[in-house]
Amino acid sequence: MNIHEFLPPPSETARREGPHSKIVMSSRVRLARNLKGVAFPGWAKKAERIRALEIVRPAVEQLPAMKHAFSESMDNLTPLDKQILVERHLISRENAAKNAGSGLVLNKEESLCVMINEEDHLRMQALRPGLQLKQAWATIDQFDSQLEKKVEYAFDPSLGYLTACPTNLGTGIRVSAMLHLPGLVLSEQINQIISAVNKLGLAVRGLYGEGTEALGNVFQVSNQMTLGESEPDIVERLNKVLAQIIEHEENARGSLLEKKPKTVMDQIGRAYGILANSHRVSSKETMNLLSFMRLGVDLGLFPDVERGLVDELFVITQPAHLQKQFSEKLGADERDLLRSDMLRERLRNVSRPLNTPAGHGTGAKLDKPAEE
Amino acid sequence: MLCCVCKEKEATVHLTQIAGDKMQKVDLCEDCAKQKGVNDPAGFSLADLLLGLGASQEMEQATGGAEVKCPACGFTQADFKKAGRLGCAQCYQTFAEGLEQLLKSMHKGTRHRGKVPAALRESQDLAERLKTLQKKLEKAVTDENFEQAAQCRDEIKETKEKIAAIALT
Repeated sequence: MNIHEFLPPPSETARREGPHSKIVMSSRVRLARNLKGVAFPGWAKKAERIRALEIVRPAVEQLPAMKHAFSESMDNLTPLDKQILVERHLISRENAAKNAGSGLVLNKEESLCVMINEEDHLRMQALRPGLQLKQAWATIDQFDSQLEKKVEYAFDPSLGYLTACPTNLGTGIRVSAMLHLPGLVLSEQINQIISAVNKLGLAVRGLYGEGTEALGNVFQVSNQMTLGESEPDIVERLNKVLAQIIEHEENARGSLLEKKPKTVMDQIGRAYGILANSHRVSSKETMNLLSFMRLGVDLGLFPDVERGLVDELFVITQPAHLQKQFSEKLGADERDLLRSDMLRERLRNVSRPLNTPAGHGTGAKLDKPAEE
Repeated sequence: MLCCVCKEKEATVHLTQIAGDKMQKVDLCEDCAKQKGVNDPAGFSLADLLLGLGASQEMEQATGGAEVKCPACGFTQADFKKAGRLGCAQCYQTFAEGLEQLLKSMHKGTRHRGKVPAALRESQDLAERLKTLQKKLEKAVTDENFEQAAQCRDEIKETKEKIAAIALT
């Protein structure tokens, strides 16, 4: 089975909801692990990398959670396949660049994904919609406990799990959440929030992780320190910070509507206008416009649109997903034309935004997380 | 003050990160700051910068400039400077001295707190038990409590067998 037949359609995945999915698009917990006695992938010779892959891949495939999983060596995936996986946040750009000696095992629900021989021998991650860090940690913890019975990890009692990069040493954990923060961007508070979050020892990154732009007002917040703190403590610390960011975003939206309603309504109206009527639109512009449309949905301006539609468009308008629907190779310009065709078609029956936010002034409910 | 990356131009960008009770400082010139993405708040984090910067310097200082090579994988300091990654698990021992400072500046602590593989947890427990039993045996012998000594000896034998069994699997 190829990856396209395997992956569930974005129309399905984009409609999975979790707690606070208005602002928290997804939660993820990743663990880095390495085999004992084998050089790290970046330094190992090709033969050694292949040997590691041959040890790890069958062990991962045998786990109950990976029943009916998709498992493939990276050299059997085309650049387009890999780009699609990147656009779905299932693999990193770094892993997409790998070939022979690297692999991928992915479960049917897209909730568990193991990268083999990326920066470390094993990068396993649990993904969940909305804010569900604790659940994601529980899932990947259990998965890891099963895997450790089959392969022997490089572990030091004092330094913990040994990783290729010292930044991952110890727990090897990266806990992260993908946040949609148009309110903080529009109210120009985002830089303040980012530097405050940085000061707490957490990283804020763009849509595709390290060194990428925050397209579509989407930001990833994750822990940086992995040594000297237990996994549940790290999860807890991130949860606390996220609860605050959610609150700030809600407040920013509330005060924007109160103080600058025209600015907000104008952005949303323009976003709808271009998305539903343009004949040439780039992927970057699309993402930024969809962000405002998503905000419009959250504010009740599009009563007949569900957030899932916007999130689906977020995925299927990206270059590789768009290319996949056409057999001939498209240039960037052709893609921009076809993208706008698709958007016009999908938004054909969507009425233009209301003139005032629904429920505004009658006490629109804030999606404020409860203190734990 | 000179820029700590290029060491040529005057540093005009000063960054401070406070995590817990630790403070980290970096001083950069305008060009290096731009290059490192300091102006792009979404893509920048101080740890990434410190990692590329401080790591190899600290390792050099720690070894007094002598070239250290990992006996297990042949990885050298120069390789670390280039890649920012280590060669194998053994490298953590080989470069332990230089890494210590780096780990201190990067993490909350330098000792792992958190998950331990179950097999290791078990053998750690057994090693602990063995120590206790050996002490108990010594005491029993000094006290001429031979009945207890015999019991301890049996238990020690049993524990050692369990340790050996784990080592085999």
